[in-house]
Amino acid sequence: MNQTTTSPVPAKLGATSRSNAWLIEPAVIFCGFALFVCYVTWRALYDWQYIEWGPYLSPFFSPKLIFPGWQWSPAILLLWEPAAFRATCYYFRKAYYRALFLDPPACAVGHLGGHKYTGENRFPLILQNVHRYFLYLALTVLALLWVDAFVACSYRGHIRIGVGTVVLTVNCLLLSFYTCGCHALRHLVGGRLKCFSCSTAAHGQFKIWQCVTRLNERHALWAWTSLGTVAFADFYVRMLAAGVWTDISLLQL
Amino acid sequence: MREAILKVFRGTPVEAGKFITYKVPVEEGMVVLDAIHYIQGYLDPELSVRWNCKAAKCGSCSAEVNGDPSLMCKTRMDQFAEGEEITIEPIKTFPLIKDLVTDVSFNYEVNKQIPPFCPADDATWIFKQEDIDRVQEFRKCIECFLCQDVCHVLRDHERKDAFWGPRFFVRSAGVEMHPLDCGNRIPLLEEQGGLGFCNITKCCTEVCPEEIHITDNAIIALKERVVDEYHDPLAALLRRVFKGK
Ligand code: SF4
Ligand code: SF4
Ligand code: FES
Ligand code: FES
Repeated sequence: MNQTTTSPVPAKLGATSRSNAWLIEPAVIFCGFALFVCYVTWRALYDWQYIEWGPYLSPFFSPKLIFPGWQWSPAILLLWEPAAFRATCYYFRKAYYRALFLDPPACAVGHLGGHKYTGENRFPLILQNVHRYFLYLALTVLALLWVDAFVACSYRGHIRIGVGTVVLTVNCLLLSFYTCGCHALRHLVGGRLKCFSCSTAAHGQFKIWQCVTRLNERHALWAWTSLGTVAFADFYVRMLAAGVWTDISLLQL
Repeated sequence: MREAILKVFRGTPVEAGKFITYKVPVEEGMVVLDAIHYIQGYLDPELSVRWNCKAAKCGSCSAEVNGDPSLMCKTRMDQFAEGEEITIEPIKTFPLIKDLVTDVSFNYEVNKQIPPFCPADDATWIFKQEDIDRVQEFRKCIECFLCQDVCHVLRDHERKDAFWGPRFFVRSAGVEMHPLDCGNRIPLLEEQGGLGFCNITKCCTEVCPEEIHITDNAIIALKERVVDEYHDPLAALLRRVFKGK
């Protein structure tokens, strides 16, 4: 038997007895956020002249807002909504509280803050509770993006499906999986009920709740994949608009 | 025979804690709790540990194995590499009694604050499976308190004064979502239970040996009910209009 003296309580940031690679997850998430934020900032503020090509409109610039006298990027008028929706999303809150605020950096890993911690009880974090209002806006934006995907099916009066149509449609699909798996939506469509079988209306809500629940189980997956597809859809349209890539037509009638 | 190296925390509230290293022969199918029993039986009868079922059902043998909050009777020895030092510590969020045993009475005190299930006097006691599925998930809880141990609000921020912890949100959700229950524990959860302290970082869900979706199915569902009652002016307006309140 061999003895070493230590105290069992970790107190410092990063202090832990965990021997597995707990740092990898927050590090990967941090890099994911950093990459996305840099790309969006560059596109929205510095590279915003390329917003559409043929029937395709970049999701970052949809709906197309053109006002006389507004000489800045139209993305400024639009992107606050998805940004606020995602920033108040229950999954993304978990992700950035861990990877950015380090509160906690990972489970059973020490961190700062001590007893004065207030969680989501005080300003500004109490504002996370408005998430459902951003959900209402996000559902509207999603409907407009589906319209864009529909418009992308025809060109100059003919039906035409190009790679861009597929890109925009896949993006809409993943954004729908993400938005329709929202925790707030899950509550509103039926989760708030105590009894699912007590009336026909409640039973109908239960059926919708089951669908939302199925998507909700993979909410983090849809959150990241839709973040990826929305950025790629924008990049694809940008490359067409800049004349770097050419859109391959898959079907023309 | 293969030997495992176990570094076990030993101490009491009055003596400084220390780790003692033991070598334990590993047999097929062995779990960490077996190794602890071997130490008690052959190397050090003074080692204290709390356990009952050795079947992951009583929730007594909670500890931190290599820093991960786990049930010792559910943690297999064959997952550790040959020669790897396995650290075993008591759960850190609760006061130490001796070695691997802690005083978890905080949890029993919190439990008393939750108004129990209250069915209506004329309840029919007939309900469908779909109404009880949500509640049955929460009833799987074995009260191991690993979620309470890992929750940073209790563990690092030491907010036992204002926060009930995930286990008791699971219990509250279980009664709140029961089809026959007539109570409303939402104001209590918000004002006394400290639901707002939870920042949904999901460590409780990660450690739960019963795989209860604590954060997604209990905590977030309760947080949304709090939003209904406290933070949604539109819903409040609609309630007024339609209920004529
Ligand atoms: S999700 Fe909430 S209750 Fe669960 S461990 Fe994290 S802060 Fe604690
Ligand atoms: S909810 Fe899970 S982790 Fe928490 S006490 Fe119950 S069984 Fe243990
Ligand atoms: S919880 Fe993630 S979108 Fe609403
Ligand atoms: S001894 Fe019962 S849960 Fe481990």
